Amino acid sequence: MSSGAEKVVIVGAGPAGIRAAEMLVSAGIKPVVIDEGMKAGGQIYRRPPDGFTRSPQQLYGTEADKAVALHGRFDQMVAKGQVDYHPQSSVLACANRSLHALTPSGRREFGYDRLILATGATDRLAPVPGWQSPGVYSLGATQIALKAQGVALGRKIVLAGSGPLLTLVATQLLKAGAEIEAILDTSSLRTQMTGLPGMLARPGLVLRGMMMRAKLGRLYHAGVKILGIDADECGPVSIRWQDARGTLRKSDCDMVGIGWHLRAETQLAGLAGCQFDYDTGWAQWLPRTDRMGRAAERLYLAGDGLRILGADGAEVAGRLAAHACLSDMGLAAPDSSADLRRLRRYERFARGMARAFPWPAEMVRRTPDETVVCRCEGITAGQLRESVDYGGAEANRVKSLARVGMGRCQGRYCQLAGAELIAAKAGISVCDAGRLREQAPVRPAPIGAWVRDA
Amino acid sequence: MKPHPRTGRIVRLSETARPRVHFHLDGSPCEALAGDTVLTAVLSSSHHLRQSEFGPEGRAGFCLMGACQDCWIWQADGGRLRACSTPVMEGMQLLTEAPAGWPS
Ligand SMILES: Cc1cc2nc3c(=O)[nH]c(=O)nc-3n(C[C@H](O)[C@H](O)[C@H](O)COP(=O)(O)OP(=O)(O)OC[C@H]3O[C@@H](n4cnc5c(N)ncnc54)[C@H](O)[C@@H]3O)c2cc1C
Ligand code: FES
Repeated sequence: MSSGAEKVVIVGAGPAGIRAAEMLVSAGIKPVVIDEGMKAGGQIYRRPPDGFTRSPQQLYGTEADKAVALHGRFDQMVAKGQVDYHPQSSVLACANRSLHALTPSGRREFGYDRLILATGATDRLAPVPGWQSPGVYSLGATQIALKAQGVALGRKIVLAGSGPLLTLVATQLLKAGAEIEAILDTSSLRTQMTGLPGMLARPGLVLRGMMMRAKLGRLYHAGVKILGIDADECGPVSIRWQDARGTLRKSDCDMVGIGWHLRAETQLAGLAGCQFDYDTGWAQWLPRTDRMGRAAERLYLAGDGLRILGADGAEVAGRLAAHACLSDMGLAAPDSSADLRRLRRYERFARGMARAFPWPAEMVRRTPDETVVCRCEGITAGQLRESVDYGGAEANRVKSLARVGMGRCQGRYCQLAGAELIAAKAGISVCDAGRLREQAPVRPAPIGAWVRDA
Repeated sequence: MKPHPRTGRIVRLSETARPRVHFHLDGSPCEALAGDTVLTAVLSSSHHLRQSEFGPEGRAGFCLMGACQDCWIWQADGGRLRACSTPVMEGMQLLTEAPAGWPS
């Protein structure tokens, strides 16, 4: 087969997927782009449905120009028939150089010669007593509600956790007129300072972050310990916490948004044959690739699903992955040395962020026995610890015995905490607790859709 | 479980000039706006989407991006929808509990 006839499929139409598509198109290739969203854009540049009227400035703030440029470029490629775009389509499985997807018109297979995965990230969650009650959402969800629907998920909001989204979502909510009761950061100011040298690789962003933080004023508390969310049947009524001086505090609320930075979405990468390494800085398992994003033969990764470098880093990574793909096909691609330099700078910044707003390992290790770890099926920390006693200290064993990681989120929101609890119980490192093996489908397939088209 | 409180958990902050859409929640008529997801529509008049199968609490979604599958809701015909990524449609019949005679 001549390289010109090779079929390239991209999963994900966020900044990484869009820039990858753009580079392939400019080399004369028409990639297939499969994306779950109703419109292309991904997470940060998510677009509201038709009929919404807020301006890009209102939706994306300082990033409005980048958002407009990306959306415009992608829409233009679709209009010109340069990409074969499948929106609202979820890739559920990957085997034998073929993707199984659920599209609006039913189940469909997409064969490929080369695959670029740009699947982004999800919030990284840690269990908090009471987080199973309705009205506790991820920080990302809190932002999506605002961005894509123009709504707040409660009347009196507490945001808790750590990471750049905490300050950002708080700022966006306040600007939109929502009522925030408290912003609780589990990272202390001292820990945040240790990340500063790395973060100064992008001084403009640091400055913007500090200005946002300053505007939050007395709502923002650093170095907080979160003790639990009290709820009635309608949802949260208050959150109990300890401030940096050790004083016990309680904030009334009817909605809590929680999250500790992001977790790379790597399920499809695992199914497609990628290897993983535990990264202590990011406190998660990340795909193993070369600098360009080559993960295995004919498999390339880009964006937050590979390294959590943010939106600008995702655009660069998308171009690099497409570059690798083109050169492996024997086709010419533009010089990528400037992008590789940018990538290094974004990485220094991102490592600084990871250090400044760390995964709350100690908090997770002390999770009370009765606290729910698996929100899907209500499995508690105590049940998980018990299964370590009789089943051994390995994530996949604990999954089969205690079902932590087996629920409908497929471990996305419990596996990092699960590994931390296993490690603490057995006195081993988190890395030695192992990594959950991916299982298809990566999204539960409605049975009807499979039967209808079988 | 208490009957639905008249107001839900959602607060509309902007984009309220969209056309109205009508649907039924547990048989009661409700109103939403065109472009709302089923999650936004239902939580505008309720505090949850359904009862949890595994615990005493209600469920109201969690990630809003299709990753947690916490947000599914019953339709009167026994089908289920992922509320955070399905647009609400005129005339939808939604239920917070399994339809009568349906094994939940
Ligand atoms: C909820 C959330 C909110 C965020 N908000 C901000 C912010 O305000 N500012 C900021 O700087 N950064 C934000 N981030 C980080 C930011 O999203 C990224 O840095 C950037 O969007 C990464 O780009 P990407 O192309 O790698 O992935 P994304 O933009 O996440 O795009 C990935 C795309 O892949 C699709 N996808 C994933 N799995 C599948 C599948 N199985 N089948 C089909 N399609 C699939 C998704 O639907 C999505 O459209 C946020 C992240 C999250 C998770
Ligand atoms: S709220 Fe997570 S999938 Fe809908």
